[in-house]
Amino acid sequence: MSSTWNYIFRRVLYLIPVLLGVCFLIFFLFNVVAGDPTGILLGKHATASQMAELREQLGLNKPLIAQYFDVVKSAFTFDFGRSWATKQQISQMIAQGAIPSLSVTLPGFFLATVVSILLATIVAYFRGKGIDLFIRILTIAMMSISSLVYIMVFQWLFAFELGWFEISGFEYSFPEVMPYITLPIIIWIVLSLGPDTRFYRTLILDEMYQDYVRTARAKGVSEKKILLKHVLRNAMIPIITYTVVQLPFLLLGSILLESFFSIPGLGNMVINALNASDFPVLKAITVLSAVAYIVFTLVQDILYTVVDPRVKLK
Amino acid sequence: MDTADAIMTSDEKIEIESIKGRSLLGDAWQRLKKEKKAVLCLGIVLFYALIALLSWWGVIAADWGKEVGASYSPPSSEHWLGTDIFGRSVLQKVIHGTQIAMSVGLISSAIAIPIGVFFGAVAGYFGGWIDELVVWFYTTFSSVPQIMLLMSIAFILGKGITTVYIALGLTSWVGLARLIRGEVMKHKDRDYVQAAGSLGAGHGRKLFKHILPNVSHIVIIFTSLQFQVAIKSEVILSYLGLGVSGQPSWGTMIDDAKLELARDVWWQLAGATIAMFVVVLAFNILGDSLRDALDPKLKGKD
Repeated sequence: MSSTWNYIFRRVLYLIPVLLGVCFLIFFLFNVVAGDPTGILLGKHATASQMAELREQLGLNKPLIAQYFDVVKSAFTFDFGRSWATKQQISQMIAQGAIPSLSVTLPGFFLATVVSILLATIVAYFRGKGIDLFIRILTIAMMSISSLVYIMVFQWLFAFELGWFEISGFEYSFPEVMPYITLPIIIWIVLSLGPDTRFYRTLILDEMYQDYVRTARAKGVSEKKILLKHVLRNAMIPIITYTVVQLPFLLLGSILLESFFSIPGLGNMVINALNASDFPVLKAITVLSAVAYIVFTLVQDILYTVVDPRVKLK
Repeated sequence: MDTADAIMTSDEKIEIESIKGRSLLGDAWQRLKKEKKAVLCLGIVLFYALIALLSWWGVIAADWGKEVGASYSPPSSEHWLGTDIFGRSVLQKVIHGTQIAMSVGLISSAIAIPIGVFFGAVAGYFGGWIDELVVWFYTTFSSVPQIMLLMSIAFILGKGITTVYIALGLTSWVGLARLIRGEVMKHKDRDYVQAAGSLGAGHGRKLFKHILPNVSHIVIIFTSLQFQVAIKSEVILSYLGLGVSGQPSWGTMIDDAKLELARDVWWQLAGATIAMFVVVLAFNILGDSLRDALDPKLKGKD
């Protein structure tokens, strides 16, 4: 047990250099490479003194090392300052955007995971047979079409032509929101089905070739029972740890879906920030999603060692 | 039918021939050749490459910018894929888009491969603090969600095809570095490397002459998959306004379609989507078959 604690402690400590590195990457991109944004913000006719004044206001006159520390500080305090475009507090904007984003991605993610695991189990059971081949070809074909095409065609067909759903918009109350988010959720599921089914099939087949399966088979346990009682249970470990790392991306929402359906989530915030050269918002969302990713990867690693004692601690 | 030779299937014969001495890649090529679908996909990819080259040399689709008919005329015997808003031939635009798509795959791979192979090989071979440093470096890179990093880099460099190349190249080397590192670690203590060492080979020679050729299959599989990732990402970048400008690409054509569908203009979307679907599917299947052929341990596990 002490080695587990030791591992967790060292793993948590490792967060610090990774976080500092991520902050440096973001600082390097936006504060060093991107150059002076005041020209873009003020337009073509800005005078030199106006630009200098704005630079002062935005804190771009500070020495680079101080600007780097500002990025690092924001990663710990989540205080990202104000947006250049809307002048709002960015942390507040993010808190507001999280609800619309999650209302699409959470149900989408949950349903997509359940359906893909189901499909993967069926495919693994019939491995090598017709249905396995069919679903494998179908998933690989589905993955060969751009996600933009799915969104565009589904929106055009089901919302515009058939009128089953709203084309765009959002409501902040429960039953009223459904016409707006149902179609995006369906598209999310369709987009996830291909890669997820393929991935889960690999995980389940990995287990199928283990010794304990051969032993069970030799004992005379039926194929169906082996799959449901032994294989699936063991495959759940990598499946759960895989789903955990996906969670931070749900917060970010689907940038494309939110933009097409005008859902006021974080993805849409990114698009607006891109169009307005709103550096602080872009930096804030990049920092935040990286922090979320790092933390969830940590949780995944720890889960893995706790759930599966066979995993060697290094 | 009692001689050993008659009992052996043709597969086994090939297996034995291959033991007689063929390089890793030659061996893989023999195995790949047996799979009809892989050969078909390779053919499709080569066909697209040919179209791209012809378009690049200006042999075909050189006047994609010329007005050839009325605005938005539907597909006809004259214009197989109809025309766009400016009356330009959609077929010619699809062909020019092939050139963009293939170049995006090729150049982003050419940027990602040296970076990935260098970091992976150095980390795997030397281990110790060098390994720690490289692992920290790529963990940092992969901690920023890829779409955010891709967008940030493209945004900072500004719109244009060079940006697409660089942004895609810089965001896709981490997976390759990870795989190369793992494989080099496995190889560095093997007998053949130690034998080379005892014959006086230095680090550079052991790494480049002996180990890297034995892990080169990872680069080939990576390239096949990188092409399809790059072609799909180009579409997303175009939608975000960070893609190719001043010339047609499949991404800009699909992006145009968001306003066209409501007017029942479907041919530009269909043309670009089908052109893209065929080649991305071919790269996907080819990537899978290559993995089976080059890395037989993984066979059947998808």
